[in-house]
Amino acid sequence: MALKRVIPCLDVDEGRVVKGTNFVGLRDAGDPVELAARYDDEGADELVFLDITASHERRETIVELARRTADNVFIPFTIGGGIRTADDAQAVLDAGADKVSVNSAALARPELLTELAEVFGAQCVVIAIDAKRAGARDEVPDRAVEPAGRLAPEPGDTGREAEDVAGVMSSWDVYVNGGRRVVEGRDAVAWAREATERGAGEVLLTSMDRDGTTDGYDLELTRAVAEVVAVPVIASGGAGELRHLEQGIVEGGADAVLCASIFHYGTHTIREAKQHLHEAGVPVRLT
Amino acid sequence: MASIAILNYGMGNLRSVEKALERVGAEVVVTADPQAARAADGVILPGVGAFPAAMRQLRELELDALVAERLGAGTPVLGICLGLQLLFERSTELGGADGLGLVPGEVTPLEAPGLKVPHIGWESVRWERSSELIDGLTAATPFYFVHSFGVRPADSADVLGSAEWGERFTCAVARPPLYGVQFHPEKSSAAGLRLLANFTRICAPVPA
Repeated sequence: MALKRVIPCLDVDEGRVVKGTNFVGLRDAGDPVELAARYDDEGADELVFLDITASHERRETIVELARRTADNVFIPFTIGGGIRTADDAQAVLDAGADKVSVNSAALARPELLTELAEVFGAQCVVIAIDAKRAGARDEVPDRAVEPAGRLAPEPGDTGREAEDVAGVMSSWDVYVNGGRRVVEGRDAVAWAREATERGAGEVLLTSMDRDGTTDGYDLELTRAVAEVVAVPVIASGGAGELRHLEQGIVEGGADAVLCASIFHYGTHTIREAKQHLHEAGVPVRLT
Repeated sequence: MASIAILNYGMGNLRSVEKALERVGAEVVVTADPQAARAADGVILPGVGAFPAAMRQLRELELDALVAERLGAGTPVLGICLGLQLLFERSTELGGADGLGLVPGEVTPLEAPGLKVPHIGWESVRWERSSELIDGLTAATPFYFVHSFGVRPADSADVLGSAEWGERFTCAVARPPLYGVQFHPEKSSAAGLRLLANFTRICAPVPA
């Protein structure tokens, strides 16, 4: 059986790592390739680079990033951000990337996923989905549907619990532009299923509710997607402690866990994360 | 230092293999020219894609004969991923095609009911015997795989390593000086570099 993966994610702007890091011993803490090599040494199973460069030279910067990474880092890596066409994908794959991830371009034109899969193979195509609980938009079902006799909500009761009691399935909206804009009419779980049926070979699933918190992955979201797709799911957004990684895999059903700050800020090393998962009975690659 | 020719027959990206070999100290030439490959101490047959198309390309470039000729001369050859599969007698992929026939046996789809194919990810490799190719690698070393087909060696003596995906399948063969691995050493971190370093050492000319 495939070993569960731990994947550090690096946000890159104009060829530089966006978030500062607390790593000691790096010559240049802002160099994504030096950081990537460090993660490889520590036992990272894969890497994801998310490019947030806004300039017109964007494609050249991500191709250059892919080339320098492939020259120095000998684990699989994915490049996302700015992949809008098969030509964009070709350029970064030719430069040495193993996969491309697409997000808003696939929402704008879902056929892109099929085109990419037909040219490069589904194993090269990752659908990135930024999901946010529909309840977070105050669109939880009308309280009138609650069963009779339900106690009044306690202070601090969440919309989620109200939904559960009402017997209504939780749902998640799809967001683009870094969580700033909702995509009308798209349910995240249904989109994950459609995207994989169209050709995506993996789902990178980020909870916008949890991203930037250290509260752990949205396990309900992760599980809902893992249950309806036939490809691996990468849980993302919210990991703050090592037990969160374990939960994402064991309770969320994820095949891989993606983390950023937990490693960037030196809270834990990848080796510690692997050891924790190993001791929890999760099959991982120990180095 | 050993010089190694990576055969470039138009199937897949060779950059990572090239850079990984350079990292372990090999002098690398990426070439489709049999004459250039003849000058090298070792040959790597890489490959990603479909078996029949790969064989057509190899024949067109006369690299099929080159591989057999180099082996006959005692030059080490390492097949990687599709390059391993091409070493066998035939594959059933896309209607079937004959391979290089350098290792007895055939190539058929992975039999992994209920599991995802292609098989992608890190998998522990069990070594079935010792070989210079795996010097220094531990008993259950994880390597990175991306494949849908598996090789079925007719002679168990050729099996160097195996892994499990629904079934236990052969993922490394050794018939010195011929070697092949289903996984991607160039994407398998330190263990992969170690294997490539071992191959480079196998290729190194013995000092006169």
